Amino acid sequence: MKAKHQRLILALVALVGVAGAGVLAASALRDEAAYFRTPVEIQDGKATVGEAMRLGGMVAAGSIKRQSDGLTIRFVATDGKASVPVEYMGIVPDLFGEESGMVADGRMRADGTFVADRILAKHDERYMPPQMGEMPKGVAKAQQKT
Amino acid sequence: MIAELGLALLWIAAALACLSLVAGTLYLRGGPKDLGALVRPASVAQGVLTAVAFALLIALFVRSDMSVELVARNSNSLKPMMFKVAGTWGNHEGSMLLWLTILGLSGALVAIFEKRLREDTLIATLAAQAALSIGFFAFLIFSSNPFKRLPVAPPDGQGLNPLLQDPGLAFHPPTLYIGYVGLSVAFSFAVGALITREIGPAFARAMRPWVLGSWIFLTIGITAGSYWAYYELGWGGWWFWDPVENVSLIPWLAGAALLHSVAVTATRNALRAWTVMLAVIGFSMSMVGTFIVRSGLLTSVHSFAVDPERGTFLLVLMAVYIGGALTLFALRANTVAEGKKFALLSREGSLVINNLLLTTILALVLLGTLYPIVAEAMGEKISVGPPYYNKVAGPLALILCLVMVAGPLLSWRKDDGKKLWSRLPLAVFAGALVLVLLVIFGGKVGILPLLGMTVAGVVAVASLAPLWGRNLRRTPLPTWGMVIAHFGVAVTLAGMGAESAFIKERLVAAAPGDVVKVGDFAVKFVGVKPVAGPNFTAIEGTLVATTSGGASFTLKPESRMFPGLMGTAPTETNEAALLTRPGGQLYAVLGQPVASEDGSADRYQLRLWWKPLVWWIWLGGGLIALGAVLSMLGRAQLLTLWRARRSRKSQERFAP
Repeated sequence: MKAKHQRLILALVALVGVAGAGVLAASALRDEAAYFRTPVEIQDGKATVGEAMRLGGMVAAGSIKRQSDGLTIRFVATDGKASVPVEYMGIVPDLFGEESGMVADGRMRADGTFVADRILAKHDERYMPPQMGEMPKGVAKAQQKT
Repeated sequence: MIAELGLALLWIAAALACLSLVAGTLYLRGGPKDLGALVRPASVAQGVLTAVAFALLIALFVRSDMSVELVARNSNSLKPMMFKVAGTWGNHEGSMLLWLTILGLSGALVAIFEKRLREDTLIATLAAQAALSIGFFAFLIFSSNPFKRLPVAPPDGQGLNPLLQDPGLAFHPPTLYIGYVGLSVAFSFAVGALITREIGPAFARAMRPWVLGSWIFLTIGITAGSYWAYYELGWGGWWFWDPVENVSLIPWLAGAALLHSVAVTATRNALRAWTVMLAVIGFSMSMVGTFIVRSGLLTSVHSFAVDPERGTFLLVLMAVYIGGALTLFALRANTVAEGKKFALLSREGSLVINNLLLTTILALVLLGTLYPIVAEAMGEKISVGPPYYNKVAGPLALILCLVMVAGPLLSWRKDDGKKLWSRLPLAVFAGALVLVLLVIFGGKVGILPLLGMTVAGVVAVASLAPLWGRNLRRTPLPTWGMVIAHFGVAVTLAGMGAESAFIKERLVAAAPGDVVKVGDFAVKFVGVKPVAGPNFTAIEGTLVATTSGGASFTLKPESRMFPGLMGTAPTETNEAALLTRPGGQLYAVLGQPVASEDGSADRYQLRLWWKPLVWWIWLGGGLIALGAVLSMLGRAQLLTLWRARRSRKSQERFAP
């Protein structure tokens, strides 16, 4: 009888634990998962201001402008259909450059600029975020040239 | 010739694996004894031949034989020798051959050294290990042949990804793989024991050193990998919750749960079915990890060429092995006799909670890692980053640490709460002291780091408690192992907490002569000069960091430029400079030159971090591994055998 009791308690504890973990995971995923957006999706109004997200696109030719503080850069990310201005303060990664692909973590500001906390670039031709593979053909071709 | 020989050896080794499987199966079905006797030598030969094939592949890289496609794509004759060798496993095919080599050698080691298992269980175990090998041999030979020749040999190779050109590559992947694939032994043990229905303390005691062994390598591999990413990527972080990091963490969590539950089975003959289940889960998670990394499903700094054919192949293998093992488990679970009973408040009880928490964390990390794939299949592109993992894994890990405080102080079977409480006052006091000090002097500290450091204080003191009042010389090695490993957890936790709570960061555009203050340091940017490495050129910055005490140190971060080889694009990497002090590390990265108004580029971007106690994170990882080593040595058969032989000898000497 006592042993049965014991096992019942253990099973209940486990059940409550698993349920709790499930709730925790669901709420964390809802709050913390970031959407991957392309410039055209942002143009279509799919991104909410201030919401954490990941932006993927190509750095438009001639668009990288370094600000006078020497640390902040502005550039335009494009997917061939639409473009979004991006602002980033920090050291850009190896291989970040115009007409090459990049992925940025950050959020949209009310003025329509994407403020990046972190920028990832295509490391070499053997490494490419899969999401870049799905960009329009023209972009992919432009990337191959670089 | 070498390449052809290597491929031939792979075929022979694969044939030997088939032989082990067939002979083992027939023997277990009541076939002649001679068939069973074949399995051990076949397993040993398979392991050795695979290892020789791997050595031949290394030889091809060392000789820079560009007629072999793999060498041409991943190596270059100008590369330093160490990276020629390490380049062998810095690519898909080579790393899969390393995988198979370890799989084969693990089987061989079991065949040679395992003497405690019943003969039929051992043969079933080796047959299971052979079955695992066969699938991966097929994968290697048919879809990732490392020895493939090119029709025309290029004059030279394309070189190795510069990010991988680091001593870390020589060390990190093999260590991690040994741990990853070493878990296959536990998997095969579980399958073997399910087949012969021998699940009990003897089986658990036999499995235990193997679990510990692979877990040691996983721990070292993860710790080293974390440090490598820390200084090589130049982002200053020690854990990114990158999918590839996660897939090494997941088997580690399974291994941690398994080595605790196997302790219960070995000592108290309880939790039997659960231990077998965990042994299956452990290596299953290794396979899931390999699948995720090798199929290129995820965005990650580690994921290389995307190849759907390989992904599908691995998916099928995984489904067969995991599905097969789980089916066997389901068929046999009801025949696993019920284990010994225990009270909730007991050593066993605490280990059950430990296991529940570890597997829950495992499930949540796995969920976060796989969720983007599932979401993408449903048309939403999502990335799950550090905020998710910190939110779900952080609190659970802290609760786990509190359970770890109590567990070792409880006695087996049952204990009472008052007694437990009487063993804890000093630990609780230590935690309270840390908390009070942090609240008074710490300034604004986030809740998770604050709790982390507090719990670290409690764990640090409580972990030593099992040694109190003991004759330290007579304390058995496994007890030392447990104490040191748990203390290591406290050290790591304290390092993580202090680093996240008190980190100081500066990002500046500095001209030569500028002084930047970060933490306790005044860092002077002296200037830059060009330097040349064996196969790269670099801009080297010189920084002089002076403490408030007047001591000064020189740091030389570099920005390296690797020329494109054989038509590949040139690559730049940042080499961070690190200054290790007792209180933490100063971390410096040199960025791009900054053009001034007049066009001259005299300023450079500099990123500086002061990271308090950050090296405690890896020190703790080392202690955890050391603890596991002691625990294993205390239990390994080798030592027991050696002692037995010695006592036998001394008996012989005194025999009349």
